[in-house]
Amino acid sequence: MEADKARIARQFIDSIPHSLTLGMAITELGDGFARIEMPYDARFVGDPQTGVIHGGAVSALMDTCGGAAVMSHPEAPVSTATIDLRIDYMRGATPGQTIVAEATCYHVTRAVAFIRATAMDDDRDRPVATASGAFTVERGT
Amino acid sequence: MSKRPQPEPVQVVKQRRDAALTALAGGVPYIQFLGIRFDRRGDELTGILPFRDDLIGNPMLPAIHGGVTAAFLEMTALISLSYLWLWEDVETGRIEVDALEAGDLPRLPKTVDFTVDYLRSGLPRDAYARARITRSGRRYASVQVEAWQDNRDRPMAQAMAHFLMPLRED
Repeated sequence: MEADKARIARQFIDSIPHSLTLGMAITELGDGFARIEMPYDARFVGDPQTGVIHGGAVSALMDTCGGAAVMSHPEAPVSTATIDLRIDYMRGATPGQTIVAEATCYHVTRAVAFIRATAMDDDRDRPVATASGAFTVERGT
Repeated sequence: MSKRPQPEPVQVVKQRRDAALTALAGGVPYIQFLGIRFDRRGDELTGILPFRDDLIGNPMLPAIHGGVTAAFLEMTALISLSYLWLWEDVETGRIEVDALEAGDLPRLPKTVDFTVDYLRSGLPRDAYARARITRSGRRYASVQVEAWQDNRDRPMAQAMAHFLMPLRED
């Protein structure tokens, strides 16, 4: 059953065209936790002088990871959508390194799921960005 | 009594302003990747995001990916802020258009934080965004930005962002 939910959540993410375009891959998923990796790509650069990835690509990664965490929660909703997302940028990600996002869905009500997320590069001790957000919980009727 | 100086020919003004915008937006790979363009009316910019299938986040609806919407809003905020910040230097000739065209860009502001509210799902069609610089200080700036599709009064998303401004070299 749990494996089934994880499979469904994985399928959900893998069917998102834009996440595929950004080269995202789920490396861990289950129980309201998701880890998604996004390899460095010169097309996602925001500052050509430094080669640092644009915040928008990090936002897309955080948003997808938050949604995945919600979908993998034991109270698995049928579907979800972002209500709001706040991202704090600590530093530019080191050019050339894969960005890894981890999101935890820490609370679910009847209609709303709350997540926290962190994005890191190879230096796991100094986050690139952190995020918190609220997602809808669509329960099939 | 001194004679009032002749106004500049309109094509000179347009060329200078468009060159500054092209240099700003054209130099960012992620803007090209998403296909974002900017429409300029005086110093007011409108971001345009032409719809493409690979921008979809929810194929069932279908709806534009929330990350795309966020990136579009952030990009519009950043370019609008940078453009306004450069405006005076470009207008007074402190920054040469030739230098901008040659890719000699000043540093861009850095995003400190970004909060986006998703109001309606993004439909599979073009989206537009406009930013309002609510504060542009020496060190920090606050920007509000809104995106819509068919109807300006029914925004698909709005966001609030804070930026760290580059230090002026003077």
